[in-house]
Amino acid sequence: MQPITLVDLPRGASAQVVALHGVGPERQRMVDLGILPGTIITVEVRSPLGDPTAYRVRDTLIALRREQAQQVEVLLVQGDRS
Amino acid sequence: MTEQALTPDMAAAPSAQCATCPIYSSAQLVKLGVDASGYDYVIALAGNPNTGKSTIFNALTGLRQHTGNWSGKTVSRAEGGFRFREQRYKLIDLPGTYSLLSTSTDEEVARDFLLFGRPDVTIVVLDATRLERNLNLALQVLAITDRVVVALNLVDEARRHGMTVDVRSLSRDLGVPVVPMAARRGQGVPELLAAIAEVASGAYPTRPRRLPLRDPAVEQAVAALVPQIEATFPGLPNARWVALRLIDGDASITQAVRDGTLGALAPTMALA
Repeated sequence: MQPITLVDLPRGASAQVVALHGVGPERQRMVDLGILPGTIITVEVRSPLGDPTAYRVRDTLIALRREQAQQVEVLLVQGDRS
Repeated sequence: MTEQALTPDMAAAPSAQCATCPIYSSAQLVKLGVDASGYDYVIALAGNPNTGKSTIFNALTGLRQHTGNWSGKTVSRAEGGFRFREQRYKLIDLPGTYSLLSTSTDEEVARDFLLFGRPDVTIVVLDATRLERNLNLALQVLAITDRVVVALNLVDEARRHGMTVDVRSLSRDLGVPVVPMAARRGQGVPELLAAIAEVASGAYPTRPRRLPLRDPAVEQAVAALVPQIEATFPGLPNARWVALRLIDGDASITQAVRDGTLGALAPTMALA
């Protein structure tokens, strides 16, 4: 099965981070923004062209460019969401 | 008292009556504005962007500069002074930063000062409504300095969202004083001053929470590197931190070691 990343998620969807694929400063930046394996991320707002997209990470809205979001491999969170 | 005492604002902000009351420690605060000469202690103000660092800076120095809600507002560091209980303090307001590890240009100012400027006390301002995110920086600062006071700001906003923070447990877990504040209303300023004074003088012995390295091989590599770094850059604080950055492959630190500019950081920052 093809691994999915943040860019594949529809608006409103929540997912759990499985792995970060970036290296060096880019990876460190993601970690500092609170994005690390196990973190739950929700797609909040997508700009008209889908880039950038605002994600909710640990109670804060964070905008990521497409290339950044592609580095974040996730697993869809199942279950009820109000 | 008159009916004034019943208005909520009276409880929120210290009034003129408070200032003359001897039990109110703000009375011992003398705001010195930009005059930071002849100081006894240097205090650094660090925190994530938009946590109220500059509001606290203004509350302590009496300056009314640059508070506003946009990113990168404090691009370089701002300095001011205050006197409290016969001691003079120089306060440095640093640009907001999420981390000491990955840095943009303005974040580098904060990183270099905290690491190599040897402040006597570092105040880490945390947003009580986003504690989990903010604790990242707090733990990074605790890794490089013993003398830390945590200013837990925006507790009023947290309360509005139905959140209360267990300040005593947080303080015990971090090993440093934690002062709940609503700096915009002046709440917590006297308590912050007292905590700064106690940590600066050593009256409050801190026990900073340090996260252990998970891999013993990394610890061995650090142990091998630190003496070499100290030999090459005598007097450089935080050689252990530098060693960890080299092992991590941090390009800017590697470059600073290679061309020798790392050694220049310590003296220039201390003089400023």
